[in-house]
Amino acid sequence: MYIARSSRIAARKLGEEMLVMSGLDSTLFTLNATATILWQAADGETPLQQIVERRICGEFDVAQPEALRDAEMLAETLARHGILVVSDRPIAGAASSKA
Amino acid sequence: MSGLLQEMSNRALRLGVPFSAHLDLTYRCNEKCVHCYLDHHDHGEMTTVEIKRLLEEMAEAGVFFLTFSGGEIFLRKDLFEILDYARELSFCIKLKTNAVLIREEQAARIRDLGVASVQISIYSHRPDVHDAITKLPGSLQRSIQAIRFLKAQGLKVIMANVLMTSNMSDYGGVRDLAAQLGAEYTLDPTITPMMDGSRATVGLNAGGSSLHSLFRDETLVHDAEQFCAPPPPVTEDSMDALPCSAGHTACYVSPYGEFYPCVQFPLSCGNVRQQPFLDIWRNSPQLKEVRSIRLRNLTGCSQCAHGATCTRCPGLAFMEGNMRGPSTADCEKSYARTGIPSANLLAKKENPAPSLVQIQVVPEIAGTRLSGLPAPA
Repeated sequence: MYIARSSRIAARKLGEEMLVMSGLDSTLFTLNATATILWQAADGETPLQQIVERRICGEFDVAQPEALRDAEMLAETLARHGILVVSDRPIAGAASSKA
Repeated sequence: MSGLLQEMSNRALRLGVPFSAHLDLTYRCNEKCVHCYLDHHDHGEMTTVEIKRLLEEMAEAGVFFLTFSGGEIFLRKDLFEILDYARELSFCIKLKTNAVLIREEQAARIRDLGVASVQISIYSHRPDVHDAITKLPGSLQRSIQAIRFLKAQGLKVIMANVLMTSNMSDYGGVRDLAAQLGAEYTLDPTITPMMDGSRATVGLNAGGSSLHSLFRDETLVHDAEQFCAPPPPVTEDSMDALPCSAGHTACYVSPYGEFYPCVQFPLSCGNVRQQPFLDIWRNSPQLKEVRSIRLRNLTGCSQCAHGATCTRCPGLAFMEGNMRGPSTADCEKSYARTGIPSANLLAKKENPAPSLVQIQVVPEIAGTRLSGLPAPA
């Protein structure tokens, strides 16, 4: 699975959390520290599995299968609100957010 | 405000983050509204490069909500270049406009940018009344057409209905129009002084009896008895509550780079052309002064029966002469709502000050009352 940030969202880091608003329906989300790492790494080119291994399991004490399952669920949820784009292949021209 | 948004706003306050900013891109306008508080001449607007650098500084400082307003923003030829850059910087973008220059093409571009809302000023559902306020013939028709274009793109549109003497009876019609067009509706019965301190526009404010009726219209306030109930006792908490977000989590930047706590609070705290945005936000002595204001420190207001529920605007108080003093426009609203005069109104009754706004009859057109004339020197 590949993930990329949508180009029509608002996002800003506030303390340790990321505040994200969907451009589709103005739904507001806060991402915790782990989810923020995923979101920031969502460049459309790096496989989600690799992001989890390097950025999540490398920094947090969590098993890879469990972390990947949680990451996939989070990605699907954010994709439903138009915050992330999810694909089974690399996503060309993914947004390079400066949030 | 949603629970999560309130929580984030509280966090921004604790962290000292300017959570929302209002940026006027120009004071130029294609309408010449009778109540407008701006000088429409261009005195040297920030360039595209300067605005882009400011946006970078705002993003770095933590600004999330960014409102672009004016003047009329569509008079800036670089508007979409600025909006594109704001999108790249991941702001939650809101626009305020009269929408006269929005056609299908502009509406589609606004949709593509993921703009959160477009607020459009509508004064009346009747073209003659609306156009007499904007002084632009055909403006109501063009604004309504623009709302249709924006709604066709699925955008959130808010019709902002500023009320004054000439359109006070039209708010029901504007609200019905908003419902027909699928727009949200908001009204504001306050006409503010001009930014240069002139109070020439204040005479356009609707009087107490109009406000009294407005505050008892249950189609607006739901439960008039509750809305107009006497104020609850002032508590220790309300003595220490913040008056509003101006300077605490919100700020304003003019087209010339002047940094104010709020668009209604023209206290210069610095200029972003000469000083970084975040440096002003953190270190301006004026902002520190604004942040120190609490009800318990206010002469008069701290003794007022309305202390716990007062909507006192520190910016309007500043324009009245003292940011730590009362805002008479808010005192009048509290009185119209509850029938209980504020400490300020009681003091004025005991010691009436000479009015700054004169109402005179001009001999040549006897019978016509003109308000807003300056006091004789």
